Amino acid sequence: MAVMRYREALNAAMREEMRADEAVFLMGEDVGVFQGAFKVSEGMLDEFGEQRVRDTPISENTIVGMGVGAAMTGLRPIVEIMTVNFALLAMDQIINSAAHIHYMFGGQAKVPLVVRFPQGGGHQLGPTHSHTMEAMFLHVPGLLVAVPSTPADAKGLLKAAIRDDNPVIYIEHESLYGMRGEVPENGAPMRFGEAAIRRQGSDVTIVGVSRMAITAQRAAEPLASQHEIEAEVIDPRTLRPLDLDTIIDSVRKTNRCVIVEEGWPHGGVGANLAALVQEQAFDFLDAPIQRVTGADVPMPYSKALEQSAIPHEEHVVKAALATFRDV
Amino acid sequence: MATQRTAQQKGRRSGQQADGARRSPKLPDKGPALALLDKMLLIRHFEERAQEMYMKAKVGGFLHLAVGEEATIVGTVSVMRDDDYLISTYREHGQALARGTDAKPIMAELFGRETGTSRGRGGSMHLFDAARRFMGGYGIVGGNLPLAAGLALASDYRQEDSVTVCMLGDGASNQGTFGETMNIAALWKLPVVFVVVNNQYGMGTAIHRHSAVTDLSKKAECMGVPGERVDGMDVLAVREVLAEHLRMAREERQPTLVEALTYRFRGHSAADPEVYRTKEEVAQWRERDPILAYAKLLQEADVLTEDELAEHDRRAIEIVDEAVRFADEGPEPALESLYDNVYVLGDQVQGWYSVDERTPEPHRGEDEPEIGKQGVAQELAEAGAAYAGAGDVQKRRRTREGDPERPEDEAAPEGAS
Repeated sequence: MAVMRYREALNAAMREEMRADEAVFLMGEDVGVFQGAFKVSEGMLDEFGEQRVRDTPISENTIVGMGVGAAMTGLRPIVEIMTVNFALLAMDQIINSAAHIHYMFGGQAKVPLVVRFPQGGGHQLGPTHSHTMEAMFLHVPGLLVAVPSTPADAKGLLKAAIRDDNPVIYIEHESLYGMRGEVPENGAPMRFGEAAIRRQGSDVTIVGVSRMAITAQRAAEPLASQHEIEAEVIDPRTLRPLDLDTIIDSVRKTNRCVIVEEGWPHGGVGANLAALVQEQAFDFLDAPIQRVTGADVPMPYSKALEQSAIPHEEHVVKAALATFRDV
Repeated sequence: MATQRTAQQKGRRSGQQADGARRSPKLPDKGPALALLDKMLLIRHFEERAQEMYMKAKVGGFLHLAVGEEATIVGTVSVMRDDDYLISTYREHGQALARGTDAKPIMAELFGRETGTSRGRGGSMHLFDAARRFMGGYGIVGGNLPLAAGLALASDYRQEDSVTVCMLGDGASNQGTFGETMNIAALWKLPVVFVVVNNQYGMGTAIHRHSAVTDLSKKAECMGVPGERVDGMDVLAVREVLAEHLRMAREERQPTLVEALTYRFRGHSAADPEVYRTKEEVAQWRERDPILAYAKLLQEADVLTEDELAEHDRRAIEIVDEAVRFADEGPEPALESLYDNVYVLGDQVQGWYSVDERTPEPHRGEDEPEIGKQGVAQELAEAGAAYAGAGDVQKRRRTREGDPERPEDEAAPEGAS
């Protein structure tokens, strides 16, 4: 184990996979000479050279499409997009090509592509650089979606993503890049579809997505110390595939469920998950499922407004308490 | 530096015409010469028959025919190597036929059958043949350009000298991917040739109404991709020009663009009332029918008699007859195969793949905790559908690998690898 930052864990995952497999390469805007807008690819150009760490023009749709084309021949490209909002320019290639090719050609072609980008607010980047949009990608059959919240997951899941034969949307979080944590060295890839139980508890299940898994863990402390409520905090880690079994098992035990996400409420991850939970565990629920989401607005620039648009611990505490209203 | 010069600057040959399109009368040996004719006849008859089948409702959705574009297609593909990649648009039956894909699975795909090139999942617009490096037809205008650059990047990355030929329409030259792809192809010196099949219309909008620059051979020059015009109704001219451009891509790593001036005699799709062009215009272009022109050339060169032409024509019709029979006899895809190939099932991934929202698994009632393991949802799950928990995925994988009677095998498409 080594203590490293989230961004360093991502860097280590890419390096280890690139050392192990010549077919893996990285391309994106400013990933080489500039070493990545968030310094995720720091030092990689020096180690691997220009063929394997490629600075691209600012052409998101085309660089994702090129990743798809290269992947169809058996290469394993990692395409870095600077933020989730820029990934919207590549939605054509992500959905019409990457997600559909294996299916629409009857299984003749595979697209082992990873598209990485960060999302999330907190740095006053305003309405075009700081949204949270995992729900848009979750919506699409054919894509796998990862939302790692710790350095260890960042590494283990990225290694798995690179080795997988499906196109993977790998969503990082801008506010987590500097976070430190223990990370296995030369570790094995993790498996997609395995949620992590971050905290054991018997009173309420709190599912936190991406950075909100950490917010949920923090909220669990005052819930225990001030309200005698032991929350079970679950980090799904991947949204497709989703480890619904772990979530359902927890809800069957706690009989209460809160879902926390930074994204918008309508058509969000929580909306979807709430539907799944009530379909499968309706009789176990003692209270309506509560959702905590980002505000239903474009992300504002003002620090005060931005902070008010992002879920915080107190919102999670309040939502958890709301599931006990009838007690 | 040679690679910096545009094709235009290299000077024209004697066959150059007023529209800047090069023409060439030089005939290859008899065998290859007749092979070109056969391919063009096959495409013509395939397309005409596909239209008939569409009218009979055997073919659904959209059907885009390349009648009139045969010389452009066959001329281009005939000079490609087996290890070159070809990628096309949604008007691509001809490209697949020219590349050597059997007419049978192509027609079956149009019919939406399990025996089609894409197992009935793609339809007319999404043919594919991995074995022949025909990397697909694509339904999004301009959507195939980035993929072409990616294929070429793969050749470059592996230090292979295979070349990617990317066919696109005149309308695609207005898409953002056109500019983006040209720039990066030139910047990275990718071995790719872009062939603009200029059939004069982006759907129903004439070229002078959709493109500020109507000489499309010049449209990518400012991004480092030189272009050349060729008479797309002249199969030999297309061959000659493409051979040179393939060489430039292969040897000089210079991406180029070839604009083939051609025309589709049929509408944009099979259901097009063609209000945007006159009958006279269509008649004028039909006088330049690429197959009749080429057959005439062969006859004048004493390579082909009238009777032999009729015989070649008859053989093409036979192949199409057989394709229709094969398509008609092919099974519809089994409903339980609906979820096949949404994902590649690998070792890294388990759990939920996709959720069938229409038939959610019944909730697990307090008194019947196992109810969710029964019924429709479970059947779907076993078919690889909706609810596939870790155990179900494992089971499914075992079934696919270990069970010789798996339905996928019985219905494996011919010609698919």
